[in-house]
Amino acid sequence: MVGIVGYGSYLPRYRIKVESIAKEWGADPETIKRGLQLYEKTVPGLDEDTITISVEAARNALKRAGINPKDIGAVYIGSESHPYAVKPSGTILIDALGIGPDVHVASYEFACKAGSEAMYVAYSLVKAGEMKYALGIGADTSQGAPGDALEYSASAGGAAFIMGKDNVVAEILFTNSYTSDTPDFWRREHEFYPRHAARFTGEPAYFKHVVNASNALLEKSKMKPEDFKYAVFHMPNGKFPQMAGKKLGFTKEQLEVGWIVPWMGNTYSGSSPTGLSAILDVAEPGDKIFMVSFGSGAGSDGFIFKVTDKIKDIQDKAVKLRDMLDNGKIYLDYGQYAKFRGKIILNE
Amino acid sequence: MISPRYHREIPQRYRLEAGKCKGCGYVSFPPRLVCPECGKNDFDLFKLDNEGKLLTYTIIRVGSDKFVGKTPFAVGIVELKDGVKLTTQIADVNLDELKIGQQVKLVFRKIQDEGKSGLHCYGYKAILI
Amino acid sequence: MREVAVIGTGMTQFGELWGKSIKDIFVEAASGAIKNAGVEHIDSMYVGSMSSGLFVGQEHLGAILADYLGQNPIPSTRVESACASGGAAFRAAYFEVASGASDIVLAGGVEKMTDGADVTDSLATAADQEYEVYQGVTFPGLYAMIANSHMHEYGTTREQLAAIAVKNHKNGANNPNAQFRKPVSLEQVMNSTLVADPLRLLDCSPVSDGGAAVILCSMDVAKKFTDTIVKVKATAQASDTIALHTRKSFTTLNSVTTAAEKAYKMADVTPKDINFAEVHDCFTIAEAVVYEDLGFCEKGCGGPAAEEGRTALEGETPLNTSGGLKSKGHPVGATGIAQIIELHEQLTGQAGKRQVKNANIGLAQNMGGSGASCVINILEAK
Repeated sequence: MVGIVGYGSYLPRYRIKVESIAKEWGADPETIKRGLQLYEKTVPGLDEDTITISVEAARNALKRAGINPKDIGAVYIGSESHPYAVKPSGTILIDALGIGPDVHVASYEFACKAGSEAMYVAYSLVKAGEMKYALGIGADTSQGAPGDALEYSASAGGAAFIMGKDNVVAEILFTNSYTSDTPDFWRREHEFYPRHAARFTGEPAYFKHVVNASNALLEKSKMKPEDFKYAVFHMPNGKFPQMAGKKLGFTKEQLEVGWIVPWMGNTYSGSSPTGLSAILDVAEPGDKIFMVSFGSGAGSDGFIFKVTDKIKDIQDKAVKLRDMLDNGKIYLDYGQYAKFRGKIILNE
Repeated sequence: MISPRYHREIPQRYRLEAGKCKGCGYVSFPPRLVCPECGKNDFDLFKLDNEGKLLTYTIIRVGSDKFVGKTPFAVGIVELKDGVKLTTQIADVNLDELKIGQQVKLVFRKIQDEGKSGLHCYGYKAILI
Repeated sequence: MREVAVIGTGMTQFGELWGKSIKDIFVEAASGAIKNAGVEHIDSMYVGSMSSGLFVGQEHLGAILADYLGQNPIPSTRVESACASGGAAFRAAYFEVASGASDIVLAGGVEKMTDGADVTDSLATAADQEYEVYQGVTFPGLYAMIANSHMHEYGTTREQLAAIAVKNHKNGANNPNAQFRKPVSLEQVMNSTLVADPLRLLDCSPVSDGGAAVILCSMDVAKKFTDTIVKVKATAQASDTIALHTRKSFTTLNSVTTAAEKAYKMADVTPKDINFAEVHDCFTIAEAVVYEDLGFCEKGCGGPAAEEGRTALEGETPLNTSGGLKSKGHPVGATGIAQIIELHEQLTGQAGKRQVKNANIGLAQNMGGSGASCVINILEAK
């Protein structure tokens, strides 16, 4: 049996409400809340980035897995906000957590599905028998240009998954990926903010890839939506995953637990992984979980998990996603937010 | 270029590695070559506890140029459960809620940047429990 | 060892000396001291400077200053002990004379802080770079943490700290060389900008340019030049951990208590015998703590002492009659020497409106970092 042996997530404490952003741009917050189903989003502290978020998420995963960090054979961090253009994020993480130095490390990038990529490769290496454990992480301090629709959603957070063969808490039964060259969203080298193709990001990009990847995964597994207790899709806003779920035949109840985007925002590479983390926090043995990510450019990775008896032993060993989402919030106004996100030009 | 000295401090700053004197048990953070208590120079690696309490603090409102754009921020002296004391920023805090004696734990954060194109420099910061 | 006397002093105005370089400042102070002493030559010189390398990019200060002072080829050495550099230079000069190696030695100090360097960052090099400064702590920050602890342990109040600034400004108003020659009110101190809570702008000594120099010589030689001899009765120095956090207490400065004990023993006096003192009030809290650690009162009474006027010019132990670092200014390396100059003026009855009655024995306490170095000199009118 190969699957998740430990998982953990991390969300910053800072938040900004849709109202605070809308006010600055003369937008109507009610329209945004209704249209995108977004209310507030996480904001990284001045001292937080993809690496620090990954470290705290992975620390929680290690607490749950209870393994020797030295037994981890690979560390992959998927993000579109790696702090360095050249220099891996994972080297800093392994030295912080006491993993390695006998370890394979890489940074992944595939817009918002870099996290599920990291999970997929970590899983595959363990399955291939290359190593005992592998760590896959999705984390981001997402960028959205001021005044752009993305500014209401681009948030910060991440989740980490240790894949292994012993003491599996969520077995991975099937995987499937679906990829094509679809230029819906991108960020050129040296550019600070991503660009997107507006409504083209919907039907031809998000929905096509999520739905096709999901259908292929259902076909491969010979399962139907009703076989699952939970489903989680990439959450660029509140509306898209609900619509994708509906198209595929999933109910609101199946999506509910993983649908954390209205209060978290879009954590990009951390989006469906943090949703999965929220599900694992409450899952019961035997529950099946359907997860499909989406990364612009474009592609989707799908996973089917089956939760084991062992889940009950580890759920309480680290902080739960919902606790971080609901508690200890520190709200920022737009000025503080602009400072925190480096949108103010300083003399350096 | 700060790479060599930054690299040298990684075990302490990332993993809180200290030295425990084999002679008298004094824990030195960062590790030293000579024990200030008994003068011996033989130490074991000792990993510090990451929880403790705030002994004193201040709010830096005027920082050096390296911390431009970061002020105001809180800095304090924390005594960890194993008795070791260290100076650290206190993150994620409403500055007016700080009090001497508060329980804190150390987390991994970015501490400073080496200018716009240099290294990101990481280490420990305290957060209130 | 031979007895040593201070026979001449010279200093520049302290302040923002835009038109003067570090060389100009030092040469003005040193020439003044040489002229004031009436000596025709000096055998050797020591210059205290904390950070000329960072402030103006000039090291090898001993050499360049001897050159511009026209003293080549005498030996000239720069002494560094952070903010205690001046005190340490004085001590080095003292030993050179006391040992008999030289008869007449100049001890000076200089700092040029306004030439555009990052002063906060430069001063912070006096703390532990890797384990204090790395975290963003500044010198006001370190003393603010001491203040917070002192308030927590002893109930010291904001008003008491402000009273120290008020007193020192009042004294400094009568010092022609002071940077700030104007009194401030308690309200002004209490309402000034927060720098590092609970310390405000008017709790902090300023950024200053300035130089100071004194001439030391053996007692035998001194008698040839002057009748108003000031004797160096004791010199002592002590160290403590560089990082504030390593110490057992944040409210007692061990370097001060240790150096004081040694100095009192060498001078064969007790704190009661000290008529007045110049102490290192880089921040108001420092004066309160040092007053206690010098043994002038019990722990915790440093704040009340200022508030009750016990450290005022007319009080039982006048502190910082010169205006202290707070009002006179704090060109770091020059500070320790400027303290000696105030002692000399008081002991020779030349302090004018700042004159302490019956000034016979004075103490100068000069401190580096958050107290990792402390130099104490005790001088006596002979």
